[in-house]
Amino acid sequence: MIRLERVTHRYGERVVLRDVDLVLDERRVAVIGANGSGKSTLARLLNGLVLPSEGRVLVDGHDTRRDGAAVRRLVGFVFTDPDAQIVMPTVSEDIAFSLRRAGLSREERDRRVAAVLDRFGLADHADQPAHLLSGGQKQLLALAAVLVTEPSVLVCDEPTTLLDLRNAALVSSLLAGLPQQVVLVTHHLDLVEPYERVLVVDGGRVVHDGPPREAVGAYRALVLGSRTP
Amino acid sequence: MTGLYFPGTSALHRAPAGVKLVLLAVATTALVVLRDPWAVAVGAVIVWAGYGLARLPASVLLAQLRPLRWFVLALVPLQWWQGGLRVVAVVVGTLVVTVAGAALVTLTTRVLDLLDVVERVVSPLRHVGVRPDRVALLLALTLRAVPVLAATLDDVRDARRARGLERSPRALLVPLVVRTLRHADRLGEALVARGVDD
Repeated sequence: MIRLERVTHRYGERVVLRDVDLVLDERRVAVIGANGSGKSTLARLLNGLVLPSEGRVLVDGHDTRRDGAAVRRLVGFVFTDPDAQIVMPTVSEDIAFSLRRAGLSREERDRRVAAVLDRFGLADHADQPAHLLSGGQKQLLALAAVLVTEPSVLVCDEPTTLLDLRNAALVSSLLAGLPQQVVLVTHHLDLVEPYERVLVVDGGRVVHDGPPREAVGAYRALVLGSRTP
Repeated sequence: MTGLYFPGTSALHRAPAGVKLVLLAVATTALVVLRDPWAVAVGAVIVWAGYGLARLPASVLLAQLRPLRWFVLALVPLQWWQGGLRVVAVVVGTLVVTVAGAALVTLTTRVLDLLDVVERVVSPLRHVGVRPDRVALLLALTLRAVPVLAATLDDVRDARRARGLERSPRALLVPLVVRTLRHADRLGEALVARGVDD
């Protein structure tokens, strides 16, 4: 379970999140909002990438400020641009890189890598240079490299933004089938439909919190209602 | 050593990464110290045999050597002028054989195995504040940076052409540096998210 207690975050003088109180225990939580609304900062707080200026964030009781390493073991993070996440030259090596510090034998490491490659349809690309994959395959690799460590929560910050419709649908269906708790930040409003809970972030505050249909309606009203002619 | 792993099951593929790196270091040192065309010829035969043993096609060997072509073309007349054919054979031969040998090591060794060796070699420096895992990570990121920078350069060149600024060095350098720094920022964030810093 993720708990945010009176969280405020500032970049310099600029307040990007203000007084956020949340308990996230649903399996599928989506976050929507305009660019600059604070939703990516909210996502980064969950994995300890960003520490709150005020308040605290707890993941299964671990404070992101005091116990960042434990939090990162629990919470995997997938970014928008898969090119920035791929560290190793080839596909299988990038997945194996995630397990380097897991204290596994080489056989066990290879077994886990092979299993995750198979699961994500990347087995045929195992020894290919990662930079030669398509955009969708790169995002699958980024997901695989995170999920091979078996985190209990997966936070995805706009993972489909750079993908075409087919790859966005593929990533979305993979996320839907995961046993982990998933927190998805997205601009693709149709992706949030199967989610249990959707947060609408605007101006650094959670301005709506509810089921998808209501939340998307509230978001549309917020954005289109405030549009100047 | 920019060659990527070429999967296989040969004896060279199965040989420990540390052994291959030591042999490469010994052979390279011997060629540089001996400065003998016969030694270069023996080295070339051994490297050639290594490619055969690892069942690597000739096209793979040529791809490793292709980046050297302009350098070699510039080097040959210069060395000829300075010392004649023997010097050309020694200097150019040593360069080509050692690059082909280094590529043979990377083509038959997974980068993770190389990183493990680097970490072990550097680990005594832990006592003077060097973090072996960081040195190994630096090596991995350097290998990864080559295709990323090449792709960025292509994008920036296209953008420059689209704006009709083909001759402007500023239109190439400024976006290239900005995008590279931005990539480095995002990569750093991704590494932290993957627990590399923990």
